Amino acid sequence: MTPLPTTTAPLLAVDDLVVEHRTPGRPSVRAVAGASLRVGPGEVVGLVGESGCGKSTLARAVCGLGPVSAGSITFEGEPVMPLGLRKRRHTGVQMVFQDPYTSLNPRRRVGDQIADGLRTAGDTATSPADLLERVGLPREFAGRHPHEFSGGQRQRVAIARALAARPRLLIGDEPISALDASAQAQVARLMRDLAVESGAGLLFISHDLSVVRLIADRVAVMYLGRIVEVGRTEEVWAEPRHPYTKALLAAIPHPDGMGVLPAELPGDVPDPAAPPAGCRFHPRCPLVMDRCREEDPAFGPVACWLHEPK
Amino acid sequence: MTALDIAGLKVTIAGRDVLRGVDLRLEPGKVHGLAGESGSGKTMTGLAVLGLLPHGSRATGAIRLGGRDLLTLPPKELNKVRGGEVAMVFQDPATSLHPMLTVGRQLTEHMRHHLGLGKAEARARAVELLGKVRIPGAEEAYRRYPHQFSGGMRQRIAIAVALACSPKVLIADEPTTALDVTVQAGVLRLLRGLCDELGLAVLLVTHDLGVMSAVADEVSVMKDGLVVESGPRVQVLRTPEHPYTRSLLESLPDAEVR
Repeated sequence: MTPLPTTTAPLLAVDDLVVEHRTPGRPSVRAVAGASLRVGPGEVVGLVGESGCGKSTLARAVCGLGPVSAGSITFEGEPVMPLGLRKRRHTGVQMVFQDPYTSLNPRRRVGDQIADGLRTAGDTATSPADLLERVGLPREFAGRHPHEFSGGQRQRVAIARALAARPRLLIGDEPISALDASAQAQVARLMRDLAVESGAGLLFISHDLSVVRLIADRVAVMYLGRIVEVGRTEEVWAEPRHPYTKALLAAIPHPDGMGVLPAELPGDVPDPAAPPAGCRFHPRCPLVMDRCREEDPAFGPVACWLHEPK
Repeated sequence: MTALDIAGLKVTIAGRDVLRGVDLRLEPGKVHGLAGESGSGKTMTGLAVLGLLPHGSRATGAIRLGGRDLLTLPPKELNKVRGGEVAMVFQDPATSLHPMLTVGRQLTEHMRHHLGLGKAEARARAVELLGKVRIPGAEEAYRRYPHQFSGGMRQRIAIAVALACSPKVLIADEPTTALDVTVQAGVLRLLRGLCDELGLAVLLVTHDLGVMSAVADEVSVMKDGLVVESGPRVQVLRTPEHPYTRSLLESLPDAEVR
């Protein structure tokens, strides 16, 4: 696989993004340390990685929710500025958050919350009930409050609210991890279908690799602030190339009834405040070479010295 | 031989039937998986064994452990069982460990109470346990606090705490749900190893059928407070008889790709 197959101009372009969290009296933590990513219109990109690798920080930066230390984010050719309290022009990107129990306003009817989005988009033809119908909920639910819904239903409401603003890019930050196993695949597929249907791009963040495999066109694997492998989902699954991707895939237990224990990746994720020298994965890598300890493989699509582009 | 026998267990909370006649049998050295959606009564079954049901709940039926019925046991007797013969590992290691006590204190407190060990003995055993659950630098870890460990390490410590009094039965309620897949793999391997080595009877409550398939010997599937299907792992996951088990397997993202 050679350069990334983005046929059209990218909708979202993230280049060498660095985001640092600063706490007084402590060294600053580079949550995202030079990550690059593209999302095209109508394309579903899955972003996977262990907790603490910077997935959510990247997503928040794309939405303009947080300061960027270095690098650039452009959306439809325009640089993304941090969101201010008053001006909210940046409504082409909408986000569905992890926990639908805290992301919806408990004191307002869900119909009113969805109507906010419609007003932002200047849409007078669509009613909140239409959107509820699109996410598979009865129209009359618009008059209810969030506490009257189950977790899966709430997340559908959150998706309806995000879609109301007519986003060109939808971001799901672990949108299914708070849901029941049986609702996870459903909600993920719903997000994909609605995004693709409306021609919007979808950046789907999850630590559940089996769901990402189901819905993503391309998948980006993140480790300690860096994107270590990008590729077409089926190619990455069939033939993962970065040792970290291999380890991640081998760790998924399969419900085949055979009693096979999943493979273990030894060690813990290093502290992002003091990342290891050279390749960030080298302390845990089973294929580590001398070069990995000294030089950082800062290239793509597979950031590993074993897969250096010629 | 049966380590723990749950027969016809019914639990009512505020007039609502949460469990409607659950039968389970745990055997030493075997992992018994309990699957089902949230709200199906998996966790309540686990809590009932330890007498940890919420206030105002009524439990009938029988939970037999070594000739005693845990449901009718007086509170003092039950306290000896709880944490001694039957131990539990909870879902979220960030909240199940006490944040202000050192790991060592949490490991030795119940050991000294249940087993009547002296300070030095308890300490030696705690360090040994930390080594057994593969915490690096056990001596040093003994003095540290839970927040100084990662999620996977905390769950290992929680398992060590549960194992401290050499229980016969271990109830693990979604022990890997809060963990990443790579860390989960390690904890599952540890659980399986401990079960084989110590002859523990493990009740593994999980909604993840992948996890179930990896470690469980027997699998029971619960729905609306009833066990709808029970049997050896291969049989339940490969040739499910009950339509609900089939629908659970089909709803998995993997099912379509295969």
